[in-house]
Amino acid sequence: MSRYLLDKFLFTVDRDPALVERYREDPAGTVEWWEAEMANTILNCTADERSTWLEFTEDERRALREHDHVTLFRMGAHPFLTLTLFIAMFERDHGPLEYQKAYGRAMEHITLPYPDIAT
Amino acid sequence: MAEVAAVIASTHHPFYHRASTSTGADRPPFADEWVAKIERFRETLTRAEPDVLVMVGSDHFHQLWLDNMPQFLVGKAPFFDANWYNEEREFGLPRMRLRGQEELAAHILRDGLDRDFDLAFSNELRIDHSITCPIITLRPQADLPIVPVYTNIFAPPLPQPRRFVQLGRALREMVESWESDQRVAIIGTGHLSLELGGPRQFGEHGPDPEFDRKAVEWIASGDIEGCLAEVSLESLHAPGNATHGFMDFMLMMGVAGDGRKADHVDTLDLFHTMEAYFTWYPDGVPAGPGDTAEATR
Repeated sequence: MSRYLLDKFLFTVDRDPALVERYREDPAGTVEWWEAEMANTILNCTADERSTWLEFTEDERRALREHDHVTLFRMGAHPFLTLTLFIAMFERDHGPLEYQKAYGRAMEHITLPYPDIAT
Repeated sequence: MAEVAAVIASTHHPFYHRASTSTGADRPPFADEWVAKIERFRETLTRAEPDVLVMVGSDHFHQLWLDNMPQFLVGKAPFFDANWYNEEREFGLPRMRLRGQEELAAHILRDGLDRDFDLAFSNELRIDHSITCPIITLRPQADLPIVPVYTNIFAPPLPQPRRFVQLGRALREMVESWESDQRVAIIGTGHLSLELGGPRQFGEHGPDPEFDRKAVEWIASGDIEGCLAEVSLESLHAPGNATHGFMDFMLMMGVAGDGRKADHVDTLDLFHTMEAYFTWYPDGVPAGPGDTAEATR
C-alpha cells in the first residue's frame, strides 16, 4: 500500500487546472503518464533530483484509472484530497450539491472505524 | 507590553463568501440570517480596536505537504498572498494579499521556542481559507497586519488535543510578553463535527449534532478540563472524519483561559455543518458605537 503516492497523485493533479481536465477526460492515460514521469518527482527540488522507489500497486492504478473514489477511500487516500479533486472534475455535470450527496451515498455501506489515512 | 484586545474562535466556512455576495435566484435561503449573524460577530472584533491580528488556522494541503509536514508553524514575512486556485475554483474565494507583522512573528518564534514549543516557520507563506475566511467575515477591509499560525489537524499523526490547549495558553503569554503598545486580537478557526469525503458528508445538519451541542457548551463556558476529559485523537473520529479541526477550537480555549466564559456566543445550524462564533474580551466588554452590548450572552 502506498497511501503517500495516492495522495501525491491527487494533490498534484488537483492543483493544476490542465491536469484536472486531463484526468477527467483520459484517466488511464493520465495515470500511466503520471506514474512514469511524476511519481518520483520531489516537489520542492529541481527536476534532476528525483526519488527512485515510488510506484503504485496494480489495485491502486485500477482505482485511479476507474475514478473509483469509494476504493480510494477504502485504501486510505486522504478523503479531503479525493473529494476536492472529484468535485472539480464532476460537479459540473450535476445540479447544486447533487454530486456531493451522491458521492456520500456511494459510501453509505462503510461504517466506523474508517480506514487509516496516516502516511 | 502588548494587550490582548480580543480572543475570537470561529468555524471557517468557505461557502460564506459566495452565499453572502450572491443575489436573486442564486442567493441561498439561509444567506440573510447568516450575514446578520456574521455582522454582529464582526462588531465584536471592531469594538476591540485591534492593531494586529494573530490568525490561527490550518493549511489544507496547499503549501504544506506530506514530504515536509510541520505540526505547528508560524509565518514570518512582510506579506502573505492568500487563497489558491482550487479555493477559487470550488468556493469562488478571491485572491488576497495581507501585510505581515514580522516583529511579533519573530517574538512568538523566539519566545515559543524558549517555552519548549519547537515551532516551525515560513518566510514565504501563501495562506488559505482557514485564515482568509475569518478575514472575510471579521475584517473584510483586510487592513491589519497578521501573524499566521498554522496547526496540523489534517495529516496524521497529529499532536494530542492537550498540546493544542497548551499552545493556546502559551500563545496568550507570548503575545502578552511582546514589548509593544499594540492591541492584538488572537483569532482562530476550526470545525465542530464535520465529515468530508465520507459517507456522512453534506447531510441536513452537521454529522453529529450532539457533539456540536456539547462542543459549543465547552467553548462558551471555558470548560477545558471537561473537554479534555472527553476528547481524544481517537474519539474525534466518531463525530465525523474531519472533526479533528475541533482541536483549533481547543487551542483558542487555551488562549481564552480556563473557566473563562465567552462574551459573545452564536451558532447557525446549516446543512453539512454547524457554524459557531465566540468572542472573549480579557479586559471586559469594550464600549461600542451606540453601545449595542446585547450581543453579549
